[in-house]
Amino acid sequence: MRAPVQDTEATGAAVIVIGGGVTGLSAAWWLARQGVAVLVLERGIVGWEASGRNGGGCTHYASPLFREEQHLWPQMDALLGYPTEHRPYRIGVAMDEMGLKRFRRMAEIAAEDGFSATMLDPKALREAAPLVTEAAAGGVFFDFGGHANPQRTVQAYAWALEDLGGRILQHTTLTGFQRRGGKVTAVETDRGVFGCDTLVVAAGPGTGPLLGRLGAHLPMAPARAEMIVTEPLPPMRHGGVDGNGLYGRQTLRGNLAYGGGPHEWLAEEPPPDRPGTPLLRNLAHRVATLFPRAAHARVIRSWAGVIENTPDGRPVLDVLEDPPNVVAATMSSVGFGLSPASGRAIADLALHGSCQFADLSSLRLDRFKNVPLDWRERRGWVPPVPPDAGETAQHMGEFA
Amino acid sequence: MTATDPRSVTGKFPPPAETFQLAVVGAGPAGLAAAIAAAEAGLRVLLIDENPVESAQMGLDVPLLYGGRATAATGRPARMLEQVIASDPGFAEAFDLGVDVRLGTACWGAFANGPNRQALPGLLLGLADAERSWLCGAQRLLLAPGARDLVLGFPGSDQPGVVGAQAVAALLGRYDAFAGRRAVVLGSGTLGIETALLLLERGIAVAAVIEARDVPQAPTDALDGRGVPVLCGMLPGEAIGGPDGVTALRLVATDGSPGPLLEADTVVLAVGTVPNVELAQVLGCALAFDALRGGWVPVLDADGATSLSMVFIAGDGAGLGDDAAAAGRRAALAAARSLGLAVAEAAPPRLPAPADAIAYRMDWMRGLIATGGAGTLVCQCEEVSRGDLLELRPPRYLDAPPPRPVASLGNGGPVHPDQVKRLTRAGMGPCQGRRCREQVAMLLALATDTPLETIPLASYRAPVRPLPLGLLADTEELAEMAAHWEVWFGIQGQWVPWRDIGTPREHLDRYGEPVDPGHL
Repeated sequence: MRAPVQDTEATGAAVIVIGGGVTGLSAAWWLARQGVAVLVLERGIVGWEASGRNGGGCTHYASPLFREEQHLWPQMDALLGYPTEHRPYRIGVAMDEMGLKRFRRMAEIAAEDGFSATMLDPKALREAAPLVTEAAAGGVFFDFGGHANPQRTVQAYAWALEDLGGRILQHTTLTGFQRRGGKVTAVETDRGVFGCDTLVVAAGPGTGPLLGRLGAHLPMAPARAEMIVTEPLPPMRHGGVDGNGLYGRQTLRGNLAYGGGPHEWLAEEPPPDRPGTPLLRNLAHRVATLFPRAAHARVIRSWAGVIENTPDGRPVLDVLEDPPNVVAATMSSVGFGLSPASGRAIADLALHGSCQFADLSSLRLDRFKNVPLDWRERRGWVPPVPPDAGETAQHMGEFA
Repeated sequence: MTATDPRSVTGKFPPPAETFQLAVVGAGPAGLAAAIAAAEAGLRVLLIDENPVESAQMGLDVPLLYGGRATAATGRPARMLEQVIASDPGFAEAFDLGVDVRLGTACWGAFANGPNRQALPGLLLGLADAERSWLCGAQRLLLAPGARDLVLGFPGSDQPGVVGAQAVAALLGRYDAFAGRRAVVLGSGTLGIETALLLLERGIAVAAVIEARDVPQAPTDALDGRGVPVLCGMLPGEAIGGPDGVTALRLVATDGSPGPLLEADTVVLAVGTVPNVELAQVLGCALAFDALRGGWVPVLDADGATSLSMVFIAGDGAGLGDDAAAAGRRAALAAARSLGLAVAEAAPPRLPAPADAIAYRMDWMRGLIATGGAGTLVCQCEEVSRGDLLELRPPRYLDAPPPRPVASLGNGGPVHPDQVKRLTRAGMGPCQGRRCREQVAMLLALATDTPLETIPLASYRAPVRPLPLGLLADTEELAEMAAHWEVWFGIQGQWVPWRDIGTPREHLDRYGEPVDPGHL
């Protein structure tokens, strides 16, 4: 049993945010910037889950938060007061004509928001990104977007929040909610009870189950995804280069950090484990194909992260109907890059009931009201069934 | 129920091309004894060992702290292979019993179904030699990975000539390829004294044995009359060197007063060794901190079985101080029994635990901090000093001020080395943290005034050997892997522009073409 927080500290806040990931921390920081007393409750360490284990991309042209994402990222180091390693621009590598077609479509969509992109022929592509294979059909230069260091960014949010007087309690497990007059009035934890006027639930894969305890239905399915990283290489002019079925970047230090490929669906409320698999070999194959001049670079680590998806793969940023002082926030597996904007939107929802700068009607919760309970089975979004241990032994015995 | 999501990992990993009843990783005393006992019991056994290690890996101090003191002979794999085989008669015995012995083969990963990982066809080992990587199946796995060198930094220690005791033993005993001529040994415990004797036996001068504590930590009689002083209450103050590395070591007394200058081309770190638990952690075996067994060690039953019933561990990788060969035999026979073979019990008593290796290590660390100061490097790969670590200074390429002291990260729990790594890059380099993990943990314990065992183990991830992309690459993946490969989840609605939702354009695919309705 953990020691309770000292009485003097065990006070609540106007807004309590459950979840110290990038979305919850950004929301809390935006609230604190507006003078709101805010408390973040985190069951582990800030940014420890998928928030700190992702590709670091900041280029989400399909989102209603895209414009704000693009507007904010170049300012984030100054606003937060700590480096995020944000760098502008992205280069997409197309291995074939279909890839080029896809980039043309992406450029078209971004143009609707006023952002420009330039198609690159193979020669221009290699000038811009010298490690890229000569077999590429071409590419695209996005004159927007970018990438940042997830681990450094998430810590920057946390420190900036604390600098504004916001509080974070790590290693704190939620045990229940107190409700009065139809509203959530307090959060019960293993370190004490914390009162609040408004509650934000931004707990990644835990968001749906937590909202379920409050009687709301937010369908989501957790999954595990993997990335690999190499030793540092001389930096290319632009680090935000990907393609060949991969997402990722060359870090400012020079490491190639890339993910992609099959995910593993997990049971609801998965344990904290983040194991890797031999998928790292398939990733290595694709990175070496995309960057043949880097095939000698040594892979020194792999990561895995657990993320959640809603049935349509899009976020939910919404105020619950009941209890009405709860904001539901899941970014449906695409949280990091949008975090400057999603946090601001959540702060708006918590303070005003609606977002002041973007149309979030496509992210309402009620779009899922008719989703059947067995939707995961119907979609095939189900965990693999491992071979029975006994059968496996027998089966392998035949090999032997 | 419809078909499983074709873009998920389900069904993407085929059964391995080869499967053994027992795979033994590591052909030291424990692994060789285990492979022999298992083969005698009738099991079909694979025995792999990464020795001879490629010289490129040695250059990275992987897996041991070779410290640039291997001779050029290590660049000749055929000669090294002969040396390794000749180094232990157990190899011949294993060959005779039909054990499939593969040398120069590293195990860079091991994977079993468990929490959040259910898609594997069984227990898989990731293996690699100089040419390729592949996966191998095993019904039972016996890890005998031994221990690696405990690395402690002092001014000048990041240059060639500072080597680990394990590396010295390997280069002298297994390879006959040690380049040092005159050494100073740090540490007067059993490891330090045995290392000094080994060096003398092989004709290498030993200038002195240095001990941070006030008295020798093991009997020194064997050194009597051999011109090797044991200097107690002393620490390495600075390694002085040139283009070829260390040429001399200046000592400093633990009270800070200057000590003598010893001429030497090699400084051997023999303060301690660290059980290799990397594969155990990658597999998901339960680990616990045991100060008497060298720190983080796997949780084992009396037969050496881990928390995963098909995985066994023996030798120094199970914790320091056991009779490795006996433990290897015991675990191999337990593995055979678990496969249904009727073989006799083999349960020799565990040896009494050695002295508190962690307290000894911490005494050295405190002394080195007091005398070496904040500027001494902790992480050589990323050039992170003790001071950088303790003030969480961002890497130099960011040119940003230190934000706040490392202890501030605790906030309700211990400071996690992985979090410190993310912010300072200490432990993030190509040596995969082998040269700095223990120092980082000790520094965090001292900075937060908490016992070392409360500092979590910095995580190990596959590949636990740094392997080139092109070598690690799976070029023979299942057709299904490529056919359904997606950058992200491949959920049709995820990348529809928000303005198109609720309009006919919602059903355009990523190329701007109408989506096949069956795909929605």
